[in-house]
Amino acid sequence: MRIGVFVCWCGSNIAKTVDVQAVAEAAKDMPGVAFATDYKYMCSEPGQNIVKDAIREHKLDRIVIASCSPRLHEPTFQRCIGDAGLNPYMVEMANLREHCSWVHEHTPETTQKAIELVRMAVAKVSKDQPLFRKDIDLTKRALVIGGGIAGIQAALDIADAGHPVVLVERTPSIGGHMAQYDKTFPTLDCAACILTPKMVDCASHPLIDIWTYSEVEEVKGFVGNFEVTIRKRAKSVDETKCTGCGLCLEKCPMKGISSEFDESMGTRRAIYRPFPQAVPNKPAIDRAHCRLFNGQKCGVCQKLCPAGAIDYDQQDQLVTENFGGIVVATGFQLWNHAALGEYGYGKYPNVISSIQFERIMNASGPTDGHIVRPSDGKTPKSIAFLSCIGSRDDTHGHAYCSKVCCMYNAKQALLVKDKLHDVDTYVFYMDIRANGKGYEEFVRRTIEDFGANYIRGRVSRIYPDGDQLVIKGADTLLGKPVEVRADLVVLATAMEPQHDAKDLARKLGISTDQYNWFSEAHPKLKPVEVLTDGIYLAGACQYPKDIPDTVAQASGAASKVIGLFSKPSIKSQPMIAYINEDTCAGCGLCTEVCPFGAIDLVEVMDRSKSTREKQVMKTVAQVNEGVCKGCGTCSAACRSLSARLRGFEGNQILAEIDALAESKRS
Amino acid sequence: MKYAFFPGCSMESTAGDFRMSTLAVAEALGVELEEIPDWSCCGSTPAHATDSLLAASLPARNLAIAQDMGKDVVVCCASCYSRLASANVALAENADLRAQVAEITGREYAGGLKIRHFLQVLNEDIGLSEIKDSVVKSLSGLKVACYYGCLLTRPKELSILNDPEDPQLMDNIMAAAGAEPVEWPYKTECCGASFSITRTETVERLSGDILRMAKQSGADCIVAACPLCQSNLDLRQADVEKATGEKIGLPVFYFTQLLGHALGIPDAALGINKLMVDPSAILAR
Repeated sequence: MRIGVFVCWCGSNIAKTVDVQAVAEAAKDMPGVAFATDYKYMCSEPGQNIVKDAIREHKLDRIVIASCSPRLHEPTFQRCIGDAGLNPYMVEMANLREHCSWVHEHTPETTQKAIELVRMAVAKVSKDQPLFRKDIDLTKRALVIGGGIAGIQAALDIADAGHPVVLVERTPSIGGHMAQYDKTFPTLDCAACILTPKMVDCASHPLIDIWTYSEVEEVKGFVGNFEVTIRKRAKSVDETKCTGCGLCLEKCPMKGISSEFDESMGTRRAIYRPFPQAVPNKPAIDRAHCRLFNGQKCGVCQKLCPAGAIDYDQQDQLVTENFGGIVVATGFQLWNHAALGEYGYGKYPNVISSIQFERIMNASGPTDGHIVRPSDGKTPKSIAFLSCIGSRDDTHGHAYCSKVCCMYNAKQALLVKDKLHDVDTYVFYMDIRANGKGYEEFVRRTIEDFGANYIRGRVSRIYPDGDQLVIKGADTLLGKPVEVRADLVVLATAMEPQHDAKDLARKLGISTDQYNWFSEAHPKLKPVEVLTDGIYLAGACQYPKDIPDTVAQASGAASKVIGLFSKPSIKSQPMIAYINEDTCAGCGLCTEVCPFGAIDLVEVMDRSKSTREKQVMKTVAQVNEGVCKGCGTCSAACRSLSARLRGFEGNQILAEIDALAESKRS
Repeated sequence: MKYAFFPGCSMESTAGDFRMSTLAVAEALGVELEEIPDWSCCGSTPAHATDSLLAASLPARNLAIAQDMGKDVVVCCASCYSRLASANVALAENADLRAQVAEITGREYAGGLKIRHFLQVLNEDIGLSEIKDSVVKSLSGLKVACYYGCLLTRPKELSILNDPEDPQLMDNIMAAAGAEPVEWPYKTECCGASFSITRTETVERLSGDILRMAKQSGADCIVAACPLCQSNLDLRQADVEKATGEKIGLPVFYFTQLLGHALGIPDAALGINKLMVDPSAILAR
């Protein structure tokens, strides 16, 4: 055994408080050490060359780098010694910087501690075993969950790079919330004009399969090899036969069902497509409202359908498919303001939410774009827009800012003035958060060129008076109570995670924050990744985002998938757990504590009890090597020392402790 | 049903009719209200506006005495309710405060009592159907605006109402007594409270708004649950009318008075004759 020790100054970071030369000198006397030296920047190219040259010259087989945290440079030195012909895992880092020089004064004890850290690393490296990465096969096919603008963008980017994509959407059409909007801030291009071409691109792309009316049921496997079960709900319409002629939509006798797409501002029938530009442009039967499925006589759609596409006997299909990477783009939902007593619990017809107002403004919406009051169809002469309805409001569970409301309030106030001219607009706000390209200018335009009355303050109560609504609030700039009378009140309700976000997170094995937004792997440097490899986030399922941010992140997620698929196979991380099946009692404690769900219980032959005549089976734990992150929780929990971690074996840890104890004795 | 009853100072004086009617209704419905012996002032607004220790100590003394009675404490005055309930929570949660208060009052009290408003007793313990069955003189045809004010509804944590923005407890009782509660938006607006004395014009404006809104909403009368609210709306009504030159003429009852009337208790025993705005016309209908 010939160990080399390389002590780094880290400029002055370590050398200021630690006598690095004394550390290198001391290392020379440690057991197994054949060479020791120090250098100003061991991670630099000349520093790495010192290591490589020493390995050749002194025939070193194990290396200790006494420098910074392994989190920073362990991969650097693994590569370095690998280049010099050693197994890359025969290196140990002694953390002289974070664990010593940074936290101590320049005293002899500091140098002594540095020597002890090196002694421990030397002891550990002497027990190191070569480790090897395995190649894992990879399915170059992506799953995108959620067919809003985030999912659409991600699917298109991945497919354009040449990889097949399945886009799963739970409503009958892709398009998401963006399809509901009228125009988009700050450029006022119509949402449909920029979205529907992308929807059509998805539908016509040879590498994209769109599965609408479908939901993810179960996710198994790991990066490169996910096995996903998807429920394709029965549409009662055979998509291969349906031509999308729309005859059934006109003749279905079940009228007046509140339209989800129109946010209850319009109606649909039992057989429906959410909106005329739906993709796929083929209807589905909503069985909860269909006469036939509720025991009544009907069958009108089947009789009329010229293509014979109506199939009442269709069943939900469970399909299990393999994917290499997953993009989660499930978006958001809007908080229901019916929780607010002060604004009438959703009982006043002329108090509506901003998304409802979008539908009224939309030229293809339920009023053909005529801005009218829900109560009597009259054109409003005054409209009040209220910000932060549930957002930045801890008492209603959303301490966060919903981020987009300031901008769409300004957009709606501008557009309504543009359409109606003879209308007074009021915007109640807490702060105006217009931080985006062209955003602040846009808000100024709404105020200065379109005469919106911005009132800084919150509204305490809304009540009807005659056919108007009285809005009582505070103007905190004037320091006075204000009262505004309006024909229509528009509430900018908080964005919140989908009601079943937590369920999906559990299925995917990813984590959520306190509100159930999906958690990214790092808030700054890994905003697209999650802690599970191969799964990426796009759009508002992570936290409220506007369209530009959503599209940017979707492309980011897509590029991560494309990057993953650019390799022929995936290299496994060797420093992971394994189970000694001979001693494992199958208690299952490790499966419970594993934060990544990487351990399963399996049946194997019990070699100690089986004979040639009779096989005896027993239950043992088994580590899924693609999923294990090497955190070591299982090996700490295992009562029979059967769960072990490569690179952190019991004898390695004990050697470190012995070395420390020895230095204390001497 | 037995309770420890904390009447409070108002019910000894300006709200004597609230006390009379409360006791009469309680008796009629088989509720025993046993007065807390040697009770003292809850501290009301002056205490908690000046000193938080005083604001906890004054109610604490009463709660310590009530503790020995082993029953839920029932309060009618909204201000007393608010003070007793908030001290009850503060003493249960804060050990330091508890020790300081014990030294001042000479009595140990660590929270644990239930502080209830009489409206809760009627809704939850007696029940609306029992009230309905006990009505002998239905209030049918009478449109009432139930007015809750501030102290029964705020803060949300102490509110007697599961719905502080659109409270229903009084509305439920009035409906059970046959009356028709009107929907109106000023149920929890401020009447001006104790500014009645120092800034009368503020109270005239705030109480005036409430009176006019009740009238505009079609009410024949207002029903209140707080001595100060009742006094501002009833006693100051003439001033409001004088200031605006607009006749309002809305009688302002305690909920116990109208309920007592429906239960067949003679008006004199309910103190109805003490109201400033004459209710005889609407009661005679």
